[in-house]
Amino acid sequence: MTYLSSALLALMQQDTPKPKVPESPHFWMPTSSSTFAEATDWAFDFVTWVSAVVTIGVVIAMTLFCVKYRATDRSKNEQPTGNVDHSNVLEIAWSVIPLPFVIAFFVVGLQGFINMRTPPKEAYEIHATAAKWSWMFQYPSGYTTNELHVPKDRPVKVIIEAQDVIHAFYVPAFRQKIDAVPGRYTHAWFEAIETGEFPLFCAEYCGTNHSDMITKVVVHEKDAFEEWLEEAERKEEEEGLKNPVAYGETVYKQAGCATCHSLDGSPKIGPTFKGLFGKTERFTDGTTAVVDENYLRESIEDPQAKIVDGFPASMPTYKGKLSNNRLRALVEFIKSQK
Amino acid sequence: MASTTTSPEAFGSATPSTSESYLTNERGFLSWLLTLDHKRIGVMYLMGVLFSFALGGFFALAVRTELLTPGHTVMEADTYNQMFTLHGAVMVFLVIIPGIPAALGNFVLPIQLGAKDVAFPRLNLFSFHLWLIGALFLVLSMYLSAADTGWTFYTPYSTTTTTAVIPATFGAFILGFSSIFTGVNMIVTIHKLRPPGMHWFRMPLFCWAIYATAIMQVLATPVLGITLLMLIVERALHVGIFDPALGGDPVLYQHFFWFYSHPAVYIMIVPAFGVISEVIAAFSRKRIFGYKFIALSSVAIAILGFLVWGHHMFTSGQSVLAGTIFSAISFMIAIPTAIKIFNWLGTMYQGRIFLDTPMLYALAFLWVFTIGGVTGMYLAVMSTDVHLHDTYFVVAHFHYVMMGGAITAFFAGLHYWWPKITGRMYDEKPGRIGAIIVFLGLNLTFFPQFIMGSQGMPRRYYNYLEEFTIYHQLSTVGAYLMGVGFLLAGINFYRSLRKKPDAPKNPWGARSLEWLTTSPPPYYNFHKPPVVDFGPYDYEDLVFDKKLGGYVHKSEAKS
Repeated sequence: MTYLSSALLALMQQDTPKPKVPESPHFWMPTSSSTFAEATDWAFDFVTWVSAVVTIGVVIAMTLFCVKYRATDRSKNEQPTGNVDHSNVLEIAWSVIPLPFVIAFFVVGLQGFINMRTPPKEAYEIHATAAKWSWMFQYPSGYTTNELHVPKDRPVKVIIEAQDVIHAFYVPAFRQKIDAVPGRYTHAWFEAIETGEFPLFCAEYCGTNHSDMITKVVVHEKDAFEEWLEEAERKEEEEGLKNPVAYGETVYKQAGCATCHSLDGSPKIGPTFKGLFGKTERFTDGTTAVVDENYLRESIEDPQAKIVDGFPASMPTYKGKLSNNRLRALVEFIKSQK
Repeated sequence: MASTTTSPEAFGSATPSTSESYLTNERGFLSWLLTLDHKRIGVMYLMGVLFSFALGGFFALAVRTELLTPGHTVMEADTYNQMFTLHGAVMVFLVIIPGIPAALGNFVLPIQLGAKDVAFPRLNLFSFHLWLIGALFLVLSMYLSAADTGWTFYTPYSTTTTTAVIPATFGAFILGFSSIFTGVNMIVTIHKLRPPGMHWFRMPLFCWAIYATAIMQVLATPVLGITLLMLIVERALHVGIFDPALGGDPVLYQHFFWFYSHPAVYIMIVPAFGVISEVIAAFSRKRIFGYKFIALSSVAIAILGFLVWGHHMFTSGQSVLAGTIFSAISFMIAIPTAIKIFNWLGTMYQGRIFLDTPMLYALAFLWVFTIGGVTGMYLAVMSTDVHLHDTYFVVAHFHYVMMGGAITAFFAGLHYWWPKITGRMYDEKPGRIGAIIVFLGLNLTFFPQFIMGSQGMPRRYYNYLEEFTIYHQLSTVGAYLMGVGFLLAGINFYRSLRKKPDAPKNPWGARSLEWLTTSPPPYYNFHKPPVVDFGPYDYEDLVFDKKLGGYVHKSEAKS
């Protein structure tokens, strides 16, 4: 069964085309498409130059000595031309000379790292959920996608969680990576500096289809991003309104209603949706009302207006967060919970 | 210098009588399996390690073959995941960790100290038996359903996968004890069984390296044991330790695991430093340069090695402060490592360099290990590590260190001590060709991995984006080439056992005590411990005797 389902999954994932890796101008690195790519690349090149000098130096010395001091006939019993076996000056020299370099590496790496781990406060927030073997990204409106869409020239903070095992969020073009750990949030931020599509990998081994847990980041122009999001949501609504109850269920999950309102009759932070419609509710101010479309709409947009007796007044307003169509679908969904 | 005090058996016949040779003084299967002779135990370890190396190499070739093309080439994803897990687990736990300390170390170290055996021969045998049992558990797990977790057994994947994780981790747990017992034995042997005149700074550097390794084995391995035990408890009894679904913390596992496994990296590479020091000095015919610095840098690495485990976790979400500390200490380790490389070069300077097979492996080591070392710096720089972590860059880095470093040094040591262990000389020419093919093969295998890694290719991928195909194919060709090189070395060794000439006592003209006794050594090594009033690298007292094909002491040559 597991084999069958994983094989099916693999098939489904093969159907979605793999992202293309954009042609890179660098030999070592992919395209530098985020604000901190340049600093990371600089650090990389710095280490590369120093490493190259050291490695080439060692190899040249080694080769030179092998050629110059080569001996082939043991019976000649040649003795070394010199027999110096220690030199404190040399030992100190080759211990101290590397020091400033490694200190510089450390400092450069630290600066870059602090920058990568400190998202600006005004960053646009997107929630990511990693699960075997796909990604889900949720935008502030509650709209979700499997590919990550972001605006160019605007800091984006991705808040990441994992549903099952450890995964890792990795966008080479942005030089950003962080593990997705079940049971806690991690975050990665970046600011894209060019539009286009870039591969997004799962970088922490997670089982059978680990290597298919690839999606893409689509970077839009700043304004085009807002348009894209609105358009995508409008399309989803249009499709959704053909079956408002099912669409309402999506909204119920996406907008976070499920956290406080159960569907099985058990009270959570707020009243259950089961059998809610048509019921008479008693409020903290002693008044009562029958639950109808207008009551539901008011409770969503202005939740503090009427507080049901026995429940805390803790619900935030959803006015402006839900479009009319989404609101309508949600009301239809609540009505359907008999 | 001081020729009068070498022991009487020093310059007698090169070949021991059948009743004396450790290989033939007792016969029968049980005389091997239940032997207390460190040499026989070393040889059994050696056979086990070589067999495991062939097995691990087979898994590596399976992995590389699958990666010839993106998507399905010869196996399914699940099989591939088992293959790379087996490759890693076998190579780490069954090959590299016991390779130099338990196989070569067991054979060589007591003789280098002029001792008849290790301090605790029974513990030594027990350690080998544990190794066998641990290896059997790993094989058992392959038979049941080989683990697909990677050799790191990261939770919660390892506690939830359906494959046989418990037998595999239990195998690693037992192998851990084997490693601890070897470590205890080496520490006590070095402290208590040094011969008259051999003070600490007259020990061969191989002994220093094994000593530093043994300290790490004894201090770090118990943590691995406890961690794997907790993992087994969580999997079997659902006690929440690492799995968040049971209330545990998966990152805690990573801390525990790397607290062992980073020192383990040095358990794997420090003995290699010891072999390289012996070989480079002996084949440069010159006293080792900076003896004390090489000796003490091993100890420095052993200590610092305990404080850097967090550099495996820069992207795990650990705090910036923790990352900063681990990064800083990681850079400190670069210095003692660099010191060694420069001292080896200093040893070659003005020497008389013979490019025999062991020396070719040692030169390959110098070159390749330098690359492995400097690429470690990219991973200690936190900003570049964020990009490179869990990509093929890391794979290339640790293969340059583990394969290019530890395995190359193991082969240098194997060729160096082969005449002593078996009493036979191997053919030089195929030996050298093998070394060169291995060197070319390993660069072809792993260098392209640096490029694809920094370009963003994640590791442990069964399928990959088409853009990376060329690098994968180069790498696979390199892996086959390397296989050919090792096969050639293997055939060469095998042929030497069948028909090559008997080895002289001291074919390379080395000065440490194992070259004073016959090849192969008698079962008692020495009648009485030789008095040591010379340094381990005082080659000027030796002269080559053409008739014997080996070196003898100056005084001996005159008579």
